Amino acid sequence: MLDPQGVATAGAMKHLGWPGNPRVRVGKMIEIEAPGATPDEEQLHAICRDLLSNPVIEDYTIEFEDR
Amino acid sequence: MKFAVLRFPGSNCDQDCLRTLRDNFGASADPVWHKETSVDGYDAILVPGGFSFGDYLRCGAIARYSPVMGAVTRAAARGVPVLGICNGFQILCEAGLLPGALVRNRGLHFICRPVHLRVTNTVNPFTRAAKEGQILRIPVAHGEGCYFADDATLDELEQKGRVAFRYCDENGAVTPAANPNGSVRNIAGILNQQGNVLGLMPHPERACEERLGSTDGTLFFTSLLGAGLASVS
Repeated sequence: MLDPQGVATAGAMKHLGWPGNPRVRVGKMIEIEAPGATPDEEQLHAICRDLLSNPVIEDYTIEFEDR
Repeated sequence: MKFAVLRFPGSNCDQDCLRTLRDNFGASADPVWHKETSVDGYDAILVPGGFSFGDYLRCGAIARYSPVMGAVTRAAARGVPVLGICNGFQILCEAGLLPGALVRNRGLHFICRPVHLRVTNTVNPFTRAAKEGQILRIPVAHGEGCYFADDATLDELEQKGRVAFRYCDENGAVTPAANPNGSVRNIAGILNQQGNVLGLMPHPERACEERLGSTDGTLFFTSLLGAGLASVS
């Protein structure tokens, strides 16, 4: 699907000398801190699917990081 | 006939809807705060435009979890007419009451100007006073009004006559140049399967008085109120 932000960003990159025609897609990263809790993976997927992303227009991946 | 006009934090067309219903049509209309858990007793529900919850996360993504939306979903299942305008359309899509999604306009600009619409369905509570193919001039005001759905969904919408409006030029021709925001297949508004939930990006409540530049929005309200139907029967 068309990503107007990606197209605009690609245009700016070319303007700055990027070679060729870059294909750019703009998304978002959401950081969730869960101090003292062990996130239930099933619940995380439910939150990603039902709230944080819209499956009609977005995909998501989850990454875990120990702090 | 009694209207509920939903009000979320950040709604800003709720007053326009209330004023239009009361002053232009003499209808009974109440604002309904998003924390309400019932819309019982209302004959129609308007989900107005604005920037509910600041458009945080995605337009409509937070509002769709407000308590009132559970009540709206149940009312819609009972056949109560639900009209989502602009941000209201975005909320209804996020809530799954309508298919697809509204994304950033092609060209990235916020667009605030009158557009032309071609009426492509007149067998629903919202446009039954219109003639098939009628051309309306109604303003849009949005940054994220580019309708998107996958091809299978679009084909089904078209086959079932659920595309209610398409962006067109002043002569009614549905062309790429007449598409203000890049919406797929020039779609400006759609209906649910039962035909009692309509979402559209343009603002009919802003086109009900001559001094606002157009009265083409009145047909939504005359349709809902059952008035003005003699001309089509």
